[in-house]
Amino acid sequence: MTAKIHFESVGKTFPVRKTRGSGSAGKVVALQGVDLEIPAGEFAVVVGPSGCGKSTLLDLLAGLSTPTTGRVLLDGAPVTGPGPDRGIVFQQYALLPWRTARGNVEFGLEATGIPRRERAERAREFLALVGLSGFEDRHPHELSGGMRQRVAIARSLAYDPDVLLMDEPFAALDAQTRESLQDELLRIWRRTGKTVVFITHSIEEAVFLGGRVAVLTSRPGRLKAVVPIDLGARHDGGDVRSSPEFAAHRHRIWDLLHEEVTRAQRLERQGAPV
Amino acid sequence: MSTLTAERPATAVPAADPPHRLRRAGGLLLTAVTRSVAIAALLALWEVAPRLGLADRTFLPPFSEVAREWWTMLAGGELTEHVEASLIRSGAGFGLAVLVAVPLGLLIGWYRPVADLLGPLLELFRNTAALALLPVFVLLLGIGETSKISIVLYACTWPILLNTISAVRTVDPTLLKLARSMGLPAPQVFRKVILPSAVPTVFTGIRLAGATAILVLVAAEMIGAKAGLGYLITSSQYNFAIHRMYAGILTISLLGVLLNQLLVALERRFTRWRTPAGKDRA
Repeated sequence: MTAKIHFESVGKTFPVRKTRGSGSAGKVVALQGVDLEIPAGEFAVVVGPSGCGKSTLLDLLAGLSTPTTGRVLLDGAPVTGPGPDRGIVFQQYALLPWRTARGNVEFGLEATGIPRRERAERAREFLALVGLSGFEDRHPHELSGGMRQRVAIARSLAYDPDVLLMDEPFAALDAQTRESLQDELLRIWRRTGKTVVFITHSIEEAVFLGGRVAVLTSRPGRLKAVVPIDLGARHDGGDVRSSPEFAAHRHRIWDLLHEEVTRAQRLERQGAPV
Repeated sequence: MSTLTAERPATAVPAADPPHRLRRAGGLLLTAVTRSVAIAALLALWEVAPRLGLADRTFLPPFSEVAREWWTMLAGGELTEHVEASLIRSGAGFGLAVLVAVPLGLLIGWYRPVADLLGPLLELFRNTAALALLPVFVLLLGIGETSKISIVLYACTWPILLNTISAVRTVDPTLLKLARSMGLPAPQVFRKVILPSAVPTVFTGIRLAGATAILVLVAAEMIGAKAGLGYLITSSQYNFAIHRMYAGILTISLLGVLLNQLLVALERRFTRWRTPAGKDRA
């Protein structure tokens, strides 16, 4: 079986404007030689120090930019642009503030050409899936941060993409809301069987959500390790986060990341004008 | 099933029990008093100062006399005639400005190179006081209706145009990214994302233009006209009909306030989805 998503020695270089002190216009290598296969139905988490090109990886997969080297394959075919087979959930929710919760979910359906008659029904169904029944007619400013992100998740799921791309979706939420949304996301993932690519800088979040966790190095972003996570059978209600397996995985990834963070800081100090 | 306990909707539903309603009525009354007390004080001062000899009665008649004159003019239909003349002129100029500047602004804002090209020119025009150009308009278009409507059109165009351009250019980039990630074609991005998110800023421009329309028109009418509020004020001054002059000024104030209220109400109607003040989006 071919992988659902295949990053094939993917590299991405950005031109940067001339800065004072450095003298010449330069280039920043955001990603270098990333090889990663993600099978269908997997919950894959990408974790790395800030500025390591995590979001760039997601943009490439979304088709919002093209790799400088290598290829990104989706179902064996190179990604050529954005499409409704991939849904993105942004950290800043990206809700249309003039539309209600239902209107926002319908926006995704309009964009992907779902017939008008079906939209309202689908919107209601997916808002119910994320636990927002009864809030269909609220505008984003009348909803809490967690509820806004639920709307965004419902919007991305409603037009039924194969792959759900999530760019630090819970980073702006408070700890309690974040945990409850993580639980819900896993529940939804199990129910819908989507392939999920989830970007985060939080180790706990990575271990809790991920079937496998891909650790990126600091700039240039390379794939440092792929850690399979096995937390045993998760039964609802149990506190997985305090189990010894969780701690072991957490520590493993912490070790991998720690070197990178120190290296990134050293690079930053060297690069900074004195 | 869901874990909504940790989250609450950001707005609470106000309870409608009777004591609460009573308190609210009291609150409303208090607001009304607070908001009118300064104006009442001004009118009282206007009434008292000439009577006490603090101001010359000939040049500043007491408010009650002016109000009586105003009422007589209104009842005689004379005031209506002037208001009508002014409203038609400023309305025509203002309306044309909206029709021209909004589409033009959307276009300029959407095509970045056009915006960069025209930016300095627009900045120059905007910073040239419209009234300074009034002689030019009169020379080119005569002293009839055309030059008056044109100067209003000219003056109203800038606030609308510049606000519309910046409205289009400051659309939340995440929303554009979202639209792009869904593969939404450009015309739909424009209609479904850019246009609605531009509405509030465009309306701010329209509201500013409303105030400008009255201001510029009155000045234009002071220079050459046979009717209109500006004409009423200057001609009354020349004929030493001081009461009439103040009645004219009073009418302009009322008209300005009314127009602004109307535009604010419209603005609110179209931008109800905006985050209410004091509630930051997280």
